[in-house]
Order: sequence, then C-alpha cells, then structure tokens
Amino acid sequence: MNGTHLQVRNLSVWYGDRRVLRDVTLDIPDRRITAIIGPSGCGKTTLLKCLNRLLETGEDVRVQGQVLVDGEDIYAPRVEVTHIRRKMGLLSQKPQVLPMSIYENVAYGPRIHGERRRRELDRIVEHYLKVASLWDEVRDRLHGPAASLSIGQQQRLCLARGLAVGPEIILGDEPTSALDPRASQNVEQRLGELKRDYTIILVTHILRQARRIADHVIFLYLGEVIEHGPLKEVFGNPRHDLTRRYVEGEIS
Amino acid sequence: MNLRLVRDRAARRGFQALTVLCCVLVLPILGGLAIRSGPVLKTQPLWRVLFSSDWSPTQGQFGLLPFLAGTVYVTLLAMLIAVPVSLLTAIFLSEYASRRVCRCVLPLVDVLSGIPSVIYGVWGTLLIVPAVSALAGLGGSYSSGYCLLSGALVLSVMVCPFIIHVAREVLAAVPRGVREASLSLGAGKWQTVKRVVLRRAFPGIVAAVVLGLSRAFGETIAVLMVVGNVPVVPRSLFDPAYPLPALLANNYGEMMSVPLYDSALLFAALALLVMVVAFNLAAKAVLGLARSEAA
Repeated sequence: MNGTHLQVRNLSVWYGDRRVLRDVTLDIPDRRITAIIGPSGCGKTTLLKCLNRLLETGEDVRVQGQVLVDGEDIYAPRVEVTHIRRKMGLLSQKPQVLPMSIYENVAYGPRIHGERRRRELDRIVEHYLKVASLWDEVRDRLHGPAASLSIGQQQRLCLARGLAVGPEIILGDEPTSALDPRASQNVEQRLGELKRDYTIILVTHILRQARRIADHVIFLYLGEVIEHGPLKEVFGNPRHDLTRRYVEGEIS
Repeated sequence: MNLRLVRDRAARRGFQALTVLCCVLVLPILGGLAIRSGPVLKTQPLWRVLFSSDWSPTQGQFGLLPFLAGTVYVTLLAMLIAVPVSLLTAIFLSEYASRRVCRCVLPLVDVLSGIPSVIYGVWGTLLIVPAVSALAGLGGSYSSGYCLLSGALVLSVMVCPFIIHVAREVLAAVPRGVREASLSLGAGKWQTVKRVVLRRAFPGIVAAVVLGLSRAFGETIAVLMVVGNVPVVPRSLFDPAYPLPALLANNYGEMMSVPLYDSALLFAALALLVMVVAFNLAAKAVLGLARSEAA
C-alpha cells in the first residue's frame, strides 16, 4: 500500500436533505500539519469528524464515499470502529476532560485497551504529560480533579490523553479557540513539535494560525474542496479566485 | 419617584413575600403536629411510642413500631425493585434508543406518572394480589396476597416513571463532547456510558432516586389497598404490613372518642414527616459529596 495514512475518496455527507460535503477527495500528507480552512458552516468540522467516524453518533446523517486509514475503509460495513478511533487523537474546541482525576484522564485510554500494570500506567501518564508539557505543573496533584485545571491546561491534558493510546494521527477542531493567547501559543508549539511523529489535521478559522503552523492547506467552501496544496502555494499563489478572495480577507 | 422604579420595587417585594410565605408554611405544619402530639408523649415516653409494637388504642397503648417498620419495608423494597429497572430504562432511552423510539416511549412514561393512584390500587387488587397469593402458594405457604410484597410491587410501578423521567434528562444533559472524547480514545459505547456518562451524571441520578423515594414514602391510597393493614411487624414478604400513611388515612377522623387516639395519630404523622425530611437531608448530603467528587 503506497500513499498516505489517511485518504478521503469521493466523500459526501448529508444532514437530512442538506448536503454538507460534496465529493471530497484528498490525500492527507503524513507527518505534516494540514489545516482545513474556510468560512463558518462550510463543513470543516464535519469533514474532521468523518475521519474517525464520530459523525455517525448523530442521527439523520448519511455518509457516502470512503475514508481510508492505512488502506482500510472505515465506512465499510462490519468495520470495528474502536481500533480505528484509537489511531487518532481528538482535540475539540472546548477541552473535554473526563470526570475523573488528572492521572485517570491520561490512564483512561490505556486502561480501556487492557493495560493493568500500575507501573506501566505510571510511566505512560508521566511520559505523555511531559510530551504535552504539563508534567511540571501537575506533578504534585495528579490525583486532583481534572476540572480544577485552567482551560489551557485542560487542553494540554486532552492532548496527553489522546497521545496515550498511541495514535498516528491527531485531529484538532479549532483546539485553541477557547484558549487565551498564551495558552494558544503553548498548544501551537506542542503541535509543531509533534508533527515529527504524527500526522496532524487542524480545523481553524484563524488564517494567521494556519499561516503560522500549517504545512499543507485545504480550503473548503460550502462543502466543496476548492483548493488544497502546500501552504505556500495556497496562500502565496492561489489557483482559484475564491481562495484568493478568502486568504486576502475579502470573504470570511 | 419614577413610576417604573416604584413598580419594580413593588414586584420585587411581592415576590419576596410569596417566597417567604412558602418557606414559612412548613413551620405551622411541624409546629401544629408537634403541639397536638404532646398529650400522648406525656402519658408514655418517646422511645416507648416509637419502639413498642403494642398497638391497642382502647387500652391506651400506642406502639408505632409496626407502622414505622411497615413504611420502611414497603418503601425500601419498592425502591429495590424500581431503581435498577428505572435506571436501565433511562440509560437505554438516552444512550441507545433512536429518536423515534424515544418519541413513542417518553409520552407513555409520562402517562404512567399521571395515572391517579387509586387506579394503581384497583389494578393491584385485581392483578398483583392474586398473583402474589399464587406465588406464596407455589412456595408452600399461605398468603391472602394482601401483603408487603404486593404493596412494594404496586409502589415500585408508581415510582418508576418519576425516576425514569428525571434520570433520562440528567443523562441527556451530559455534554456530547465528553462522550466523543471517550469514543475517540477507542472506548466502546458501553465503556463510555459506564465510565464517563454515568460518572458525570451520578449526582443527578442520586437526585432522581431521592425524588422517587420521597414520593414512595408518602404514597397512601394505592399501598393501603393492597398491603393488608394489620398492625404487626411483618416477618416475611408475604406478611401483611401497615404503613404510616395508611394508618392515618384509615383512622383519622374516626374513633375520636378513644382518649389520646387523635394525639397518637398526629404523632404518627409527625414521625412520617420527620422521616421523609431526614431522608431528604441525608440525600442532599450524599449529593453534595458526589458533586464535589465528580467536579
């Protein structure tokens, strides 16, 4: 199987009668940060959620086409979805900590997947909290409730929690939108470091953020991919008029 | 002064007065019951009234133990049946059922909670009592069917809709993002429900159970119709029982010529009230503890 970890083929999504994604075909480059940009309501989050089949949890949703993760179509019938979701960590707009301690949040995933050894769990928790650069701030209160952390810390905790199940891909749905500038910067830095080992896909409506950290850009407009390619091409030399107008701030 | 300000202030004062009135209403109820139950406490000590099982008003013996025991047994047994059923139903409705199923089932649940309790009583007499009697026969013992188990069964059916309704709403209020967070880590649906959703909803679920419990404590007529009403402490599920509300409903206003009888009944009412309030306060404490832990 050549090609990338994550490929989207002719993907269309309907909410009831409304078609929110039209025939999307993409290869997401490995070990890069890919930003999905576009105006509000153009299907950015829908596209992201399709990638780990979180979409089916809603009702009246119809999905057509394929999403291939390591060559396996995740929308094929009788696919066991949990091992696919495990390959992807999710960062949502508002950090969603689980109702348990900081330690338990990170240990949750490994526990679900059968890790019982206390020492191994301790190691995992410490390791990934360090990767998310949260360890020094929480090492003394690992067993305190996760909800007591600041919102920026919570987002980094969610990052550590996602990484702890050993994914290959990180999905971020405007992961900095609820954070203050300093916390945002911290999360952006972490993502910048993580792209050495992970494929990162980021929904963002902040063009400057895309410019700062993305290597690759997908421009969605009303459910269609208008243009995608390396950052420099899409921002510096857009092929499509809509893209030009969007990146220049004419439409938003 | 500006007319709008005056109106504003009047509205505020009005609401304040009404709020105070509602809160204060408990005091005359408690006070009235306490004063009127004084005479019986003068003739015999408190512990004797509460813990003696000798109930013979004509001899001046007012032991409430059979009634206290009847109330506690019927209520707890009913909750034991109702809570698992209701919680599993609520979990199914909020986590698994399609929207169409919910649209059909939820109104039915609400209809159940709106049925007058006499009807539950009649239904219990017609159906549950003979069934329980037959069940006792199978076990080799005789029972008329008017017994503790019948009371608890009827009561549990009455309490279920309340617990289901509140528990489902509590579960539905758990944010979708938390579920997605758990699913995206590769957790299965049931793992997510068990470890995350229920945990997050726990304080609300306690509240739902308590709501059902306080209703069960006070429920009178339906229980009275099937429970047998014999003033002895029940020894088995198939023995008759006599809960406090039934005692009051059956006797208050009659036999008032017996000295101290009315005072004893009002003391029984006070005991019931104190019991319900105590359970509620205990539940509040548990709730507070659960909240601080879940946060």
